[in-house]
Amino acid sequence: MTDHENGPSRRKVLECMTWAGTGVLWTISGGVPHSLGLVDEAKASEAMAAEAKGLTFLQISDSHMGFDKPANPNAKGTLEEAILRIKAIPTKPAFMIHTGDITHLSKESEFDDAEKIISQAKLDVHYVPGEHDIIDPDIKIYKERYGRGTKGSGYYSFDANGVHFLGLVNVANLKGGGMGNLGDEQLEWIEDDLKGRSASTPIVVFAHIPLWSVYPAWGWGTEDSARALGYMKRFGSVTVLNGHIHQIMQKVEGNVTFHTALSTAFPQPAPGTAPSAGPMKVPAEQLRKMLGTASVTFKQGEQRLAIIDTPLQS
Amino acid sequence: MSFARTLALGALTGLVAAFIAAASPAQAADVEVKIDNFTFNPQQITVKTGDTVIWTNHDDIPHTVTSKTMVFRSKAMDTDDKFSFTFATPGKYDYFCSLHPHMTGLIVVEAYTGK
Repeated sequence: MTDHENGPSRRKVLECMTWAGTGVLWTISGGVPHSLGLVDEAKASEAMAAEAKGLTFLQISDSHMGFDKPANPNAKGTLEEAILRIKAIPTKPAFMIHTGDITHLSKESEFDDAEKIISQAKLDVHYVPGEHDIIDPDIKIYKERYGRGTKGSGYYSFDANGVHFLGLVNVANLKGGGMGNLGDEQLEWIEDDLKGRSASTPIVVFAHIPLWSVYPAWGWGTEDSARALGYMKRFGSVTVLNGHIHQIMQKVEGNVTFHTALSTAFPQPAPGTAPSAGPMKVPAEQLRKMLGTASVTFKQGEQRLAIIDTPLQS
Repeated sequence: MSFARTLALGALTGLVAAFIAAASPAQAADVEVKIDNFTFNPQQITVKTGDTVIWTNHDDIPHTVTSKTMVFRSKAMDTDDKFSFTFATPGKYDYFCSLHPHMTGLIVVEAYTGK
């Protein structure tokens, strides 16, 4: 079964997408996401404080340590800004997830820089790799640093506050002509991992490339994601968090909420609006409105998780 | 040295040079493929055995040149990095970028027949 047979038409998907020129505060009720408009830090903190009894974690993505091209000559500086903002949040989040592209070229020095900056948030970080994190000649630095206790190219699961998390890898062993790929071994592991879990367990899946077909012409999707999502059909609440496309997009399909996060390094164009998906140069005063992080809150007894995107500058 | 003799020597030199060129890979050509806007350009080219294809990445994002059958495989090429491969065997070589696999290209290699 493909995404197309299973999911809504491309037109409908596009209707559901949100193009982010800046951060948007989302709340979700009755399966429909509502934008509460642009957020500033205070608003985000307020919303998070209100949810204090549940579980709040942060998502950070696409740091691209080592990137120094015109779209942002100082990707290190903007990551530092993002971490400073995370440190300033009054209610300490439970942990952080990083949805890949920690580095630009998988160099030891780039991983060192990322570690030095991100560790200042003083939060546990659960990583998954992006395609930029596994391009060292031996494809081993990422696994050495973040792969302890993981399977295959670095996938794993864990539990927090009754929520079950799956960190997936869809950037390894990609096939010519295709998009992101999970592969049979990982898919079998997902099926096995979810077996026997109560359907009322909230599921959070995170991976680098979107697990829905955002824009196949640019490779923005995952070939075999329909099979993975098939194993999650019986669960009442599934939240899929991705990065890779350096912009906010959201889609709700049945019990599944899909969301992509901002990068902290550089923005990328909306699908089809540029000759390619390459880094988008925007006026300097716009840049920080297009970079940022996300916070995700789960409240006991509520089906859907609230996702708040916060730009570095509103 | 007479004019006639100079001419004869020149002709001989030219003949020797032509002979060497025909018999050695010095005849082989370098063929350029640009990587631009997440595409291989030209997307498909035909070369002769002995020719070398040189890929140059003009994007601000790293790419690779990876043969579908692993006949050749570049490292990650950052902006302006080059990768080259000399084709010794005729055939069709499908390749892609292993980071962005929707980027695909084809090299068709024909036997070099001396012409």
